[in-house]
Amino acid sequence: MRLGEIAHARSGDKGNISNISLIVYDSKDYALVAAKVTPAVVKAWFAGQVKGEVIRYELPQLGALNFVLFEALKGGVTCATSLDKHGKTLSSILLEMEI
Amino acid sequence: MKKIRIGSGAGYAGDRLEPALDLMQNANLDYICFECLAERTIAMAQQEKMHQPDLGYNAMFTYRMERVLPLAMEKGVKVITNMGAANPEAALQKAYEIAQKQGIKKIKIAAVLGDQVLSLVQQTPDLKILESGAPLETLKEHIFSANAYLGVAPILAALEADADIIITGRVADPSLFLAPMIHAFGWDLTNYDLLGKGTLVGHLLECAGQLCGGYFADTQKKQVPKLEHLGFPYAEINAVGEGFVSKLEKSGGSVTTATCTEQLLYEIHDPAAYITPDCVADFSAVEFSPLANNKIAFSKATGKAATAFYKVSVGYKNGFIGEGQISYAGADCLERAKWAAQLVQQRIQSLHPQLLPLDIDYIGWNSVTPNPKKTSAPPTEVRLRVAGKTNTRAEAQHIANEVEALYTNGPAGGGGASKKLEALVSIASVLLPKDQIDVQLIFKEINT
Repeated sequence: MRLGEIAHARSGDKGNISNISLIVYDSKDYALVAAKVTPAVVKAWFAGQVKGEVIRYELPQLGALNFVLFEALKGGVTCATSLDKHGKTLSSILLEMEI
Repeated sequence: MKKIRIGSGAGYAGDRLEPALDLMQNANLDYICFECLAERTIAMAQQEKMHQPDLGYNAMFTYRMERVLPLAMEKGVKVITNMGAANPEAALQKAYEIAQKQGIKKIKIAAVLGDQVLSLVQQTPDLKILESGAPLETLKEHIFSANAYLGVAPILAALEADADIIITGRVADPSLFLAPMIHAFGWDLTNYDLLGKGTLVGHLLECAGQLCGGYFADTQKKQVPKLEHLGFPYAEINAVGEGFVSKLEKSGGSVTTATCTEQLLYEIHDPAAYITPDCVADFSAVEFSPLANNKIAFSKATGKAATAFYKVSVGYKNGFIGEGQISYAGADCLERAKWAAQLVQQRIQSLHPQLLPLDIDYIGWNSVTPNPKKTSAPPTEVRLRVAGKTNTRAEAQHIANEVEALYTNGPAGGGGASKKLEALVSIASVLLPKDQIDVQLIFKEINT
């Protein structure tokens, strides 16, 4: 199943760090998403884009995970030559993952 | 128990104005805050001020104030904004002139000064860049601005002096919203639990439309009504920091636990440690619950003591970006675009090898998707984008020109070429001890 079928996401940036929230539509899916979408899986999904580590914070009462992706934005919005310097599109890319 | 209502008037420098006016007109607000300064905005504004000393405040300031001032006075809504950017003093003068011209009989406008700390940064040895750990010294001759993220203190002082309009430069976004709560309820500045609760409200509101379904809506499960009339949010808060966020019923958009949860985590790292100048807010246990349609209660934010430092954004000149784009269509369009990119790289390699490596993107294929699925069907059109960072404008021009030259010298059917040159202003962050920074307030008043 595509992750986007059971969860939604939003990405934001601070310097060269991206964060992506991942929020289940239905709280019954939280355990599955938390088990499948680990920091290592997210780092591998963004291979080539994320050069640093990936840290995950858990907010079970909201059915939410918050991924913090270091060295993820080619220098960040004030330095990068890339097209999406903020990484705004990364949330949609995460939701393409098959779990 | 006393309650106040705070509206969100803007989520970025160039945001729409009508939703803000709608809130001022119809939401029974006590305060409205316009958050208009991204990390780099103020550095760009500093550059503008260097060339034109009367400017350097938000480009939409006059447009907004001409419409906001009369409504603020009519409805008794106090206005707090960081639209002063690099020049709050000039913005104050401009707002005063607008009020005079409109025949406003009684108004007090305040400007917050003191966030500009370039000389202090230049005099402080051994500052480390937060993002890289490198010494700030390494950027020395390129640095041209430094702005500290101030907290609530100067805004509070302006509110206590009964200012109607408060114009700041760099202030932490949530502090714009927290200050009126502290003022209205007399919160103690060391009651970090309350400051954490107020910071949550500020954080939810600071991106305006993003709480109401903007940057949220999709065509599948996240359908949002009337996005073309997207409303901005407001919050109602009581003296113990409880309350709800909502929007005007007639406006478009929706405020739900899902929009609130996305915004809660927007640009947050550790939810238990969101550092602002006023406190270290803890959002890790926050809960949202619907009270009614588009009306969501928030609870369980808290906070800890603030750090002893202000974060300072240091603006520096970081060379140039040269970019060129050109489109290809048809069966082998991706192959032709790849060939075109190779030609540009070969040309640059032989003529200006110092400009390599270049960023190569195929828009419609992999320009924002790092790893397109192997099973994806080939695109029926693709746009080549070549970009590179250079030391000089002339070098940036070379990159753009090589892409344009593909028109007559490259693969078949290249169309719609475009070129872009940008003088790059970058930001490095450092920390300065709070006790080294003095903040001042200035006022202008009409009382006839």
